[in-house]
Amino acid sequence: MQTEQLIKMANQIGDFFEAEPNQSQAQEDIANHLNRFWTLDMRRQLAAYAKEKNGTGLHQQVISAISTHLKV
Amino acid sequence: MDDIKYKANVDYGTPKSVAEKQVTLNIDGVDISVPEGTSIMHAAQLAGVTVPKLCATDSLEPFGSCRLCLVEIEGRRGYPASCTTSCVEGIKVHTQTPKLADIRRGVMELYISDHPLDCLTCATNGDCELQDMAGAVGLREVRYGYDGENHLSSAKDESNPYFTFDPSKCIVCSRCVRACEETQGTFALTIEGRGFGSKVSAGNKDFLESECVSCGACVQACPTATLIEKTVIEAGVPEHSITTTCAYCGVGCSFNAEMKGEEVVRMTPNKDGGANHGHACVKGRFAWGYATHKDRMIKPMIRKRITDPWQEVSWDEAINYAASEIKRIEAKYGKDAMGGITSSRCTNEEVYVTQKLVRAVFGTNNVDTCARVCHSPTGYGLKQTLGESAGTQTFDSVMKSDVIMIIGANPTDGHPVFASQMKRRLREGAKLIIADPRAIDLVENSPHIRADYHLNLRPGTNVALISALAHVVVTEGMVKEDFVKERCEWGSYVVWRDFVAKPENSPEALEKELGVKADTVRAAARMYATGGNAAIYYGLGVTEHSQGSTMVMGIANLAMATGNLGREGVGVNPLRGQNNVQGSCDMGSMPHEFTGYRHVSDDATRALFEAAWGRPLSSEPGLRIPNMLDLASEGRFKALYCVGEDIAQSDPNTQHVTHALENMECVIVQDLFLNETAMYAHVFFPGASFLEKSGTFTNAERRISPVRRVMTPKNSFEDWEITAKLSKALGYPMRYSHASEIMDEIAALTPTFKGVSFKKIDELGSIQWPCDDENPAGTPTMHVDEFVRGKGKFFITQYVPTTEKVNAKYPLILTTGRILSQYNVGAQTRRTKNVEWHKEDVVEIHPHDAEDRGIHEGDWVGITSRAGETVLRAKITERVQPGVIYTTFHHPESGANVITTDNSDWATNCPEFKVTAVQVTRVNQLSDWQQHYKTFSEAQIAFANKKLSKNTQQPA
Repeated sequence: MQTEQLIKMANQIGDFFEAEPNQSQAQEDIANHLNRFWTLDMRRQLAAYAKEKNGTGLHQQVISAISTHLKV
Repeated sequence: MDDIKYKANVDYGTPKSVAEKQVTLNIDGVDISVPEGTSIMHAAQLAGVTVPKLCATDSLEPFGSCRLCLVEIEGRRGYPASCTTSCVEGIKVHTQTPKLADIRRGVMELYISDHPLDCLTCATNGDCELQDMAGAVGLREVRYGYDGENHLSSAKDESNPYFTFDPSKCIVCSRCVRACEETQGTFALTIEGRGFGSKVSAGNKDFLESECVSCGACVQACPTATLIEKTVIEAGVPEHSITTTCAYCGVGCSFNAEMKGEEVVRMTPNKDGGANHGHACVKGRFAWGYATHKDRMIKPMIRKRITDPWQEVSWDEAINYAASEIKRIEAKYGKDAMGGITSSRCTNEEVYVTQKLVRAVFGTNNVDTCARVCHSPTGYGLKQTLGESAGTQTFDSVMKSDVIMIIGANPTDGHPVFASQMKRRLREGAKLIIADPRAIDLVENSPHIRADYHLNLRPGTNVALISALAHVVVTEGMVKEDFVKERCEWGSYVVWRDFVAKPENSPEALEKELGVKADTVRAAARMYATGGNAAIYYGLGVTEHSQGSTMVMGIANLAMATGNLGREGVGVNPLRGQNNVQGSCDMGSMPHEFTGYRHVSDDATRALFEAAWGRPLSSEPGLRIPNMLDLASEGRFKALYCVGEDIAQSDPNTQHVTHALENMECVIVQDLFLNETAMYAHVFFPGASFLEKSGTFTNAERRISPVRRVMTPKNSFEDWEITAKLSKALGYPMRYSHASEIMDEIAALTPTFKGVSFKKIDELGSIQWPCDDENPAGTPTMHVDEFVRGKGKFFITQYVPTTEKVNAKYPLILTTGRILSQYNVGAQTRRTKNVEWHKEDVVEIHPHDAEDRGIHEGDWVGITSRAGETVLRAKITERVQPGVIYTTFHHPESGANVITTDNSDWATNCPEFKVTAVQVTRVNQLSDWQQHYKTFSEAQIAFANKKLSKNTQQPA
């Protein structure tokens, strides 16, 4: 899938969890959402992009979620 | 009460009393105990004594006008009407005496003296209550003769496409008028004039031009041939009947298919139907002719390329060709380049076998269903908050509601039979709050109903609204803390409470964003929280947004905070668009979960299915529909098995969808018609209509209802059989001999369906899941003592404005919806006489916006968005607010989804159909897309009409 589309979708997820006061919980929830609803290929593509581009354009919490909890 | 046994197909004359107290009386020597308030007529019928009647029927309140049902009561003077006289303890009633016989014969003489004597050639000969009563009272002569003043020359009204009104046969019993008022709630009919001049009138108009919505309640209530279905006039009285379930909206009405051999004569709503209680709408009752429409495809077809003509082949050839293509594509691109899509128009059993085929045989979880584009946020949001992906109530629950809040739904158009029930409750005095950018009929265009508050918010601001409502509830001390403490996760509540209480979530702070006065929001919140039993009903105006799932969770938050869950009269009620949205989701057709909403990564569940199916299954979620289309556009998704769904018309950004389809190497479409998606297909399997197969549908209230075959499939097979054939050709035989065996497998593998079987459904009529050992007859109300997830969980619902912004280039917001007479993509209803009411999709525009653009009623206008352009006729109306336009998508040539974008819900990818930034201008020709569509679709139809024989061309 086009990486731009994945970034957009991931950032929307990040936006939802932004108001969560416990930010470590938010990171876990973001990753959990990606693990449960995105295909492995989509997760890998997002993780690869985050690594290669240093998370450019990605919601900060999404970047953290990818690095800490995402299953790839 | 428990001793009273009601019989099917018996008219008890007046409605049931639900009083607790019993009274005992004697009728014609038979002692009987009935609930207080029961009419003598009703009690007599329960005692096996039929009292003659004409103006009474048990779907309507008693009227007491025909004077046939008079009785004698010992110790009382006169001859009271048994329909309007309630049973009293100890009375002795006589229904047959010489005096009563005289009176009844006298009454019948008067009726018959002004009635055509054409019984032998009358369409209802043998099915006429007037005829029956003449026999019952022993009428042998009419002393007045037939030459006096009469109504026999009154002109027939044949304007309605489905029924005729012949006033010459009318006995002015008012059953039709009362049915229109009490059953339907439209009040289109009245009795005009007085005395002998009294006549039924549709407001001095013919039926088609009147306010009549063609629900047919009047036709059903008519005791003569005055109002009668044209199909009965043409075919005669039916000779047998089979109970089945409507294939249209999520109300899931039970119907009796009344037959002559294998020909449907009429569909009559089943009085014992749990969802509809004998009522119907113009679609379910009348719009079933598509099943035998000339456009039905009944032979399989194949072709190599979509630019090739279709080749009609045998079933074996089509199945084998499809299987060989799937094998080829798997070998070349891998199993993840393939997938399947099911539809809410499929039965549960069809959905189940399709997802089984994809998971077990294709070897991937790339299976999705059309709920993706409608109610997927409901499944997600309610699972997160309450623990189950389903509505919480029965439809009947609304009769115990004191406050009804409708958010983003239009029940009178989308769910008309439930709307009639809701309107009945509203006429009884329940309060009404409507949150909708558009003034739906219930706002102030339904007789005797007016919304207490219409929150006409800007499209896309739902979550701001729900936060504002919650803010009022929390900050004004209206939270039911006892309920929250006992039933919910207190910690999650506290976090939510503190969030919504923030000043930025107040109605005042959000007033400009919402476009709704803060005072109105506050008043609505107070009414919802303190008005007694409060129920929320919502539709696609909630789900089809970039924050659809957030809004669903916000609704659940509000219901939990106010204690409006777990009993009758309250709840969170998603109104499902199609008949089997709930069922198709229940059946494991989403890419991340098996039946019963169990995630594919759950080892125990996966092991259960692996053992039952004998195949290894993936623990990874598969592709959703938009993911499949995105990958197909990139050339990485190559084969699709699409059953009953028409993504080329129903899904957003049509040009993206069709580009994706063009990129695939094998598109297999299984449908009744050569639908829009089939024009891009390589294999076409003709499907069976709901009248031609057995199975079950599950409606919006989790009610599993029987679909029963009433005629032989014109395409030769029920749909599950076609899927099973494909599976067998792929090396995996599915050994079912009947749809009931599929349900047995579902029940064995799904805890919430454990007690479900065709046998039990037939015994009980329908079953609301969960149905298990604890709830063997099903579960009408969910979350009664505790939530399915244990404690209810509050979620923070931060408002995030959509990225689909208006600007100088696209200054208006387009929102889409449905209309009463048409259904979804219109594939069925466009092939019925329902087109009389809606021949084309139009765009509604506010007078101010029209004037700014020099647009007049009926002008062709171009609607341009970031995704595309289409052209529709303008309808100028104040139903939409300035800055907002509205259209429907029932006709493919309208191209409504050419302009909708692929913006989607953050959690589920449900498309944001309800918010598209557009510009509207006057034009004088179709859009480029529409011109291309016309050429393309004409070519595709020609390919199907001029099918090549097997010997003429073979796919390479």
